[in-house]
Amino acid sequence: MLIRLMLRLACRLLLLATTVTIFTTSPATAGDNGAVQTPSIFAPASTPAFAIRELALIVLGITGVIFLVVAGLTVYALMRFRRRRDDDGREPPQVYGSPQIELAWTVVPILIVVVLFLVTARYIFAIEGRPQSPEALEVTIVGHQWWWEIRYPKLRIVTANELHVPVSDPAHPTPTFITLQSADVIHSFWIPQLAGKMDVIPNKTNRIWIDPQTPGGYVGQCAEYCGLQHAGMLLIVAVQSKEDFAKWAAQQQAPARNDAEVQAGRELFSSLSCINCHAVRGTKANGVFGPDLTHLMSRRTIGAGMIQNTPGNIRSWIDDPASLKPGALMPAMKLSRDDLDKVTAYLLALR
Amino acid sequence: MSVLSDTMASRRGAGAHRPLLAVLHEWVVTVDHKRLGIMYVVSGLVFLVVAGLEASAIRLQLAWSGLHIVPPGTFNQLFTMHGTTMVFLVGIPIVFGFGNYLVPLMIGARDLAFPRLNAFGFWIFLFGGLLLHFSFLGGEGLYGGGAAPAIGWFAYAPLTERAFTPGNATDYWNLALLVAGVGTVATAVNMITTILTMRGPGMTLGRMPVFVWEIATISWLTLIILPPLTAAQIMLLLDRFLGAHFFDTQAGASAVMWQHFFWFFGHPEVYILMLPGFGFASEIIPVFSRKVLFGYATLVAASAGIGLVGMSTWAHHMFVVGMGSTLNAAFAASTMLVAVPTGVKIFNWLGTMYGGKIRFGTPMLFCCAFLFQFLCAGLTGIMLAVAPFNWQLTDSYFVVAHFHFVLIGALVFTIFGAIYYWFPKVTGRMLSERLGRWHFWLFVIGFNITFLTMHVPGMLGMPRRIYTYPADRSWEIWNLVVTLGLPLQMVGILIFVINIVISLRRGAPAGDDPWDAWTLEWATTSPPPAYNFDVVPVVSSRRPLWDLKHPDDPDGPHE
Amino acid sequence: MNERGRVGMICLIVAESSLFAVFVVAYLFYIGKSLNGPYPKDVLELPIFNTVCLLSSSITIAVALRALRTGAARRSGVWLLVTIVLGAVFLAGTAREWYRLIVGHGLTIGTNLFGTTFYSLVGLHASHVIVGLAILSLLCVFAFSGTLRKHPERAEIASWYWHFVDGVWIVVFTVVYLVGR
Repeated sequence: MLIRLMLRLACRLLLLATTVTIFTTSPATAGDNGAVQTPSIFAPASTPAFAIRELALIVLGITGVIFLVVAGLTVYALMRFRRRRDDDGREPPQVYGSPQIELAWTVVPILIVVVLFLVTARYIFAIEGRPQSPEALEVTIVGHQWWWEIRYPKLRIVTANELHVPVSDPAHPTPTFITLQSADVIHSFWIPQLAGKMDVIPNKTNRIWIDPQTPGGYVGQCAEYCGLQHAGMLLIVAVQSKEDFAKWAAQQQAPARNDAEVQAGRELFSSLSCINCHAVRGTKANGVFGPDLTHLMSRRTIGAGMIQNTPGNIRSWIDDPASLKPGALMPAMKLSRDDLDKVTAYLLALR
Repeated sequence: MSVLSDTMASRRGAGAHRPLLAVLHEWVVTVDHKRLGIMYVVSGLVFLVVAGLEASAIRLQLAWSGLHIVPPGTFNQLFTMHGTTMVFLVGIPIVFGFGNYLVPLMIGARDLAFPRLNAFGFWIFLFGGLLLHFSFLGGEGLYGGGAAPAIGWFAYAPLTERAFTPGNATDYWNLALLVAGVGTVATAVNMITTILTMRGPGMTLGRMPVFVWEIATISWLTLIILPPLTAAQIMLLLDRFLGAHFFDTQAGASAVMWQHFFWFFGHPEVYILMLPGFGFASEIIPVFSRKVLFGYATLVAASAGIGLVGMSTWAHHMFVVGMGSTLNAAFAASTMLVAVPTGVKIFNWLGTMYGGKIRFGTPMLFCCAFLFQFLCAGLTGIMLAVAPFNWQLTDSYFVVAHFHFVLIGALVFTIFGAIYYWFPKVTGRMLSERLGRWHFWLFVIGFNITFLTMHVPGMLGMPRRIYTYPADRSWEIWNLVVTLGLPLQMVGILIFVINIVISLRRGAPAGDDPWDAWTLEWATTSPPPAYNFDVVPVVSSRRPLWDLKHPDDPDGPHE
Repeated sequence: MNERGRVGMICLIVAESSLFAVFVVAYLFYIGKSLNGPYPKDVLELPIFNTVCLLSSSITIAVALRALRTGAARRSGVWLLVTIVLGAVFLAGTAREWYRLIVGHGLTIGTNLFGTTFYSLVGLHASHVIVGLAILSLLCVFAFSGTLRKHPERAEIASWYWHFVDGVWIVVFTVVYLVGR
């Protein structure tokens, strides 16, 4: 029986050790070279995530103590009061209860709960109640099956799947306030290192704010089951210095490139049903059902983070999206090889 | 004599072999609570294996990133069917099945109040379960996974609207559960009526075993919280078939309303599942510690408290929906509050073991593991009650680990304990202790490897219900370890099934009271006759058999 | 035996109340949220006559029960018949109202949120009236055949169901025709 208890305790200690490791190691971020990006909730980079980690450590501390006390008592009881080999077979003294003990073990947990609740309430109101400051960047994100539409209303930028924000200096914060809407079903916006998640619900507008304090790349993904490709709705947040962000914004604001070499492709694109769903600013394509393609090649991935943005993949995607992302709502365009080459060349020019 | 003892008498060579058809017929038309109870539990265990296979496929697919064991659509059907089957077709039938078998015996009654309603409840549950699984064959047929639902076990709107889920998959989910739910309400009516009106002589409410109190609690809970699910399902039916707009956000409806209705049912539902598990522990732990349950009154009051307060906690499943800080705080408060009566029970059991002489038979092994695992589950529940922490943990594998700790680590473990404990009463034979220990150790180790580890990917940002995950988030190793716990659990269950099959034929004869226990079911033969008791015993305390065995020190004056 | 029937019926009524409560909550929540007409104030008329019929049927069934308890089975059968007729008149009135709404105003369950919640709530109640009428018809038959005289308590338990249905109507009437209009 001792073995059993030891085994069980060993399990618990293993979990403890693992958890401690997770808290104390900060994972690699900023993966321009494709380095591992572990979106650990214990590696925060933004105030809401910092606050939640603080609260989490308090809660883990309290529950940890409760676990040690109660598990310890249980182990003690099981070991101390097991039937001995030389037992005389008589029944032990029957104890029916004790009002004092029962009161004590009800009151103490209630007190713990009251304290825990007060702490929790404080964090709830602090995080959710943060007023929007005038320097805040405003972003509207619309969840679709299965991609993210990203708009910067004041900057007149529309893009998809990759969110760029300026880094925020804790001394003079420049947070980003995100308005969340859905075009179809419920999704959830979650970048663990930057904030808790917030659902994206049709016919409802939700708000969330982040103020990332370290430049780099942060990842997340949709966290509410939304259909076939729920797993394929990844999120990439690029936190840039103020200068880099300004440069990126300026580039995004520019209308689409009009390179002469891809004239044939552009005309073909404009004549096909592509323009029913996609928008390319500066041309007559202004569809809203699919991602904005004006600066498609400025993004590192396609298919909402699932597929690397390479010429070969762009070509395969146009030919048959389902081959790369089964169930994607874009139909296979069934173009001839020649047409496919032309359209691909055009899209590859949309930097 | 019951059919079981008849069959066994014939196997012992008593002569006349009853034709199989006659035996089957008796079981199909039975209204005997004992046989219906057995049928409920056996059906539940069969569905457990089915849902377990679905889980195995899920874990194989997720063992590493980028695997193609099953296509995305099939994966989504697998987790939907796994969750739906486990909650509605395994948990509910097994706990109510035990209630069916034990409640009349424990209170000195000869059957439930409405035996035919009882049979109706069972068959409509079975029909619902089969209808749900028929969905695998409907639509394109087996190879395409058919029209099995892929909407998640809580079927959030508007994904379930026709616009987003055409075809009949959602309708299978909807109708099967609607129909099975009617059976559950019928059983709840039966339980309450039996407990209130059919207790034997001397059996006051305050002398009933804790398990009966738990069944009473979950029954009135069922009456209140199951119809809201039925209502929401009717609304979904109307939306999908008659063009109504209950959850049609494009017509101005609220997607969140489905969640409120569903979780108003869904949260108390898990208490309905868990409370009988507490009841099992409250019967097994005292007998194996050789001590009376410590604090009977507070434990019973705690159950009622859990039922009551548990009805006010539902939106802790919705902390990230955007309800606003006041509501978030309110539901955090009620959720933390319900942890108090729940946690207090652990102390009652500890107090029972304290000063006892603990025998570690198989039922007790499972209850010991239950104590540790339920403690873990409750504490991760407290973490989830802290709303801002919840904003990170919800919809991630942390929550999946938490509720599997509750539903397997606590509920299934106590169910296993209960089966080892009451199998002798039901069949007249003991299960093998040796095989029982193998079952226990393999399962507890496998369970912890899988579900302790599972907390980690959740904290590393891995959401639920994804058929695969990117390779660069360092989730692979954790998922692999989670999957590696699977074979141990499967072998454990296999040994369990073998134990049952072997012991049915060759288990040691049990006698009336193999565990030296104290409640009324042990005062009759194993298995009991169809009419339960030759003469219904008159009770004068909570432990009638203790009084009989210890006439010098009966319970009465102490209670 | 009676005890069981009574407890069982109370349990059923609790469960049914919970069912109705959810439809009432949905109705209240969606008041004023329809994106297009027809709106309640444009098309709803107070169903006074219907309500009077249904609520008086609670009185007539009580009279029927009193007759039964004194052994006057035929008289109780007659009063049960009156109850059934009153319930049927209520249903006919509901049907007429629905016809007016659908054909006259183009309001169906799919028109808007008002249509959705109106037809489902009133329809759920009407379906319970139909079940109640079926039960009452059975009681009526047994009253006239004389069997019911030996089991007046069973009629009482059935009458609770009918009172429940009437009670629900009071709630539905208030929510739909008073609060929601």
